[in-house]
Amino acid sequence: MAALLEAQDVTKVFSGGLLKRERVIALRDFSFTVPEEQPIFTAIVGESGSGKTTLARLLLGLTTPTTGDVRYRGISLKQLNREQRRAFLRDVQAIFQDPFEVYNPFYKVDHVLELPIRMFHLAKSAQEMRNRIEEALITVGLRPEETLGRYPHQLSGGQRQRVMIARALLLRPKVIIADEPVSMVDASLRATILSSLQQLHREYGISILYITHDLATAYQVANDVLVLYRGTVVEAGDAGLIIREPEHPYTRLLVSSVPLPDPDRQWLGERALGQPVSGLMPRGTAFCVFYDRCPYAMPICVEQTPPLFRTGDRRVVACYLYRDSPTIDRRNLAAGGVFTNGRTEVSPPSYSALKREAQPDSPHA
Amino acid sequence: MEKSILRVEDLRVYYETPEGVVHAVDGVTFHLREGERLGIVGESGSGKSTVALALLRLIKPPGKVVGGRVYLDSVDLLDLSEEEVRRLRLSQLALIPQGAMNALNPVLKVRDQLLLPLHDHGVQLTKAEADSLVRDLLQRVGLPSQVAELYPHELSGGMKQRVCIAIAIAMNPKVIIADEPTSALDVVVQWQIMDTLRQLQQTLGAAVIVIGHDMGLMAQTVDRIGVMYAGKLVELAPTAELLRHPLHPYTQLLIASLPSLDKRGEFQGIPGLPPSLLSPPPGCRFHPRCPKAFDRCSAEEPTLREVRPDHYVACHLW
Repeated sequence: MAALLEAQDVTKVFSGGLLKRERVIALRDFSFTVPEEQPIFTAIVGESGSGKTTLARLLLGLTTPTTGDVRYRGISLKQLNREQRRAFLRDVQAIFQDPFEVYNPFYKVDHVLELPIRMFHLAKSAQEMRNRIEEALITVGLRPEETLGRYPHQLSGGQRQRVMIARALLLRPKVIIADEPVSMVDASLRATILSSLQQLHREYGISILYITHDLATAYQVANDVLVLYRGTVVEAGDAGLIIREPEHPYTRLLVSSVPLPDPDRQWLGERALGQPVSGLMPRGTAFCVFYDRCPYAMPICVEQTPPLFRTGDRRVVACYLYRDSPTIDRRNLAAGGVFTNGRTEVSPPSYSALKREAQPDSPHA
Repeated sequence: MEKSILRVEDLRVYYETPEGVVHAVDGVTFHLREGERLGIVGESGSGKSTVALALLRLIKPPGKVVGGRVYLDSVDLLDLSEEEVRRLRLSQLALIPQGAMNALNPVLKVRDQLLLPLHDHGVQLTKAEADSLVRDLLQRVGLPSQVAELYPHELSGGMKQRVCIAIAIAMNPKVIIADEPTSALDVVVQWQIMDTLRQLQQTLGAAVIVIGHDMGLMAQTVDRIGVMYAGKLVELAPTAELLRHPLHPYTQLLIASLPSLDKRGEFQGIPGLPPSLLSPPPGCRFHPRCPKAFDRCSAEEPTLREVRPDHYVACHLW
């Protein structure tokens, strides 16, 4: 059976400058699969410039790969017919970083919620539409009477972001691609928004790709994690394993750079790693992307691109420090059982079971 | 008791808006000790950045400092004329602004951005002195000297933030106020910037106020933390004490809302939203969201009191 959404050997190159001579490889040989049946909750972690947003845009069909292919139910996004494209637009939803930019300030928030229902003819009457909207808002912890009929600027950032999640939910999508959904939201609200996403995953069986720079929240909510550095997957697998015991020197650097609110834990940052090895220079195009910052770099690191070494059942790492482990084809990353696919128990979707009490949010007037 | 370099007493800053008066900072009192790093944390709208601006007398209409005193040594900054304050800024009190990305002048080379404020303060430098000062400042913030000839758009976010720090330390100020110095930067760069700031602060002997929303960052970089909520300072204590024994229910919930790398699935949000500062609730401003609120909380406003050694809290529970 074809995967729901699949990136195969995707490379995205941005070229600029005079005669397009400056080339930036935003994403390199990236393969990833969102299965049809078993929902995943995967965090894609990387810093700015790691290619994580490019990845989100590729999967959403907002940009096309330079080489490789993104497929929806086995069909390249470029070749979807009208009907398939509609199904794609419904099944694959996005939540973006800035919950203000996605709203048209001249319309009430009702508009962003009604539009998808109209587009996809999801309700037969105005009353049904209203009911569905209210249900979706309650699911994400908003009170309909305090949310509907307002303009975007009358809601807080957290409320706006939750309206976007409610909107994504209305369409009952198969996948939600959330690109830094909480980076502009206060700490006390982050947990609430992320748990709404987690709830959608658990109770509706929606796959979530949580794209973030924040390892700590990824650790809290995701089952699997995939670490990107300069467009390349450097480490992937079970979130708990990778964040508690990172193997790739870059992941170790990331983990030790997270400032923890714990007086007993020192914030080591770069000091955790030590001085990079100097004097190594790649001659060709094959090398480890982290060689110039890595304290363990060896000559082989600038001669070949490290493959993914399988260092455990549920983890792979692209680093020659682990070259005694068997390698795994990058294209088989998702199929190889590295990820937790299917380990999340899914109860049949039912909105009524979800009607938990809405959060007592008083709106910012 | 250590000597205080900056004393803020009952500071009040209000904003006049068409809807009414916003009580952005409403009676904030704290002392900054010599050479210490004090963190002020709060969520958006808690008034933390307004405090920073008020200390530098940078509040612009419709905002207005309506009350309080800010003593630098024994001078009340709020009493000074505009010209006197201008001379104190940078030389005594320097600001590292929020969003260094947008704080630099896009059409000036880094060299000129470093020298211009010195010129404004009447510092006379020969070409050779200026060259060596620029090189020295850049080196102190960990930038190569070639950066002097670059324009801001040629620099990364972390480099721009370093340039802003270089400007702030150019005249060896006594107090540096850093407003969200790392908010738009990657974690690895965050660490680098805070490490640079810490080293500089130690060599300069300056006191630093770090304003921010990231409790983790604060925990790792400052000596004492003050927690703001809805325009009030609700708790103030040494960092380890505050994290181990938070006394105010808001501080407790805020700490619980932080994702840790140890326990999984244990972080949770704080229900509800901060109050509107147009008409803050009576009594304690946190009482509508407080799980431990009782009758007195809605009737009487708690004051900031020392309830353990050097640990101040504004809560009726204590």
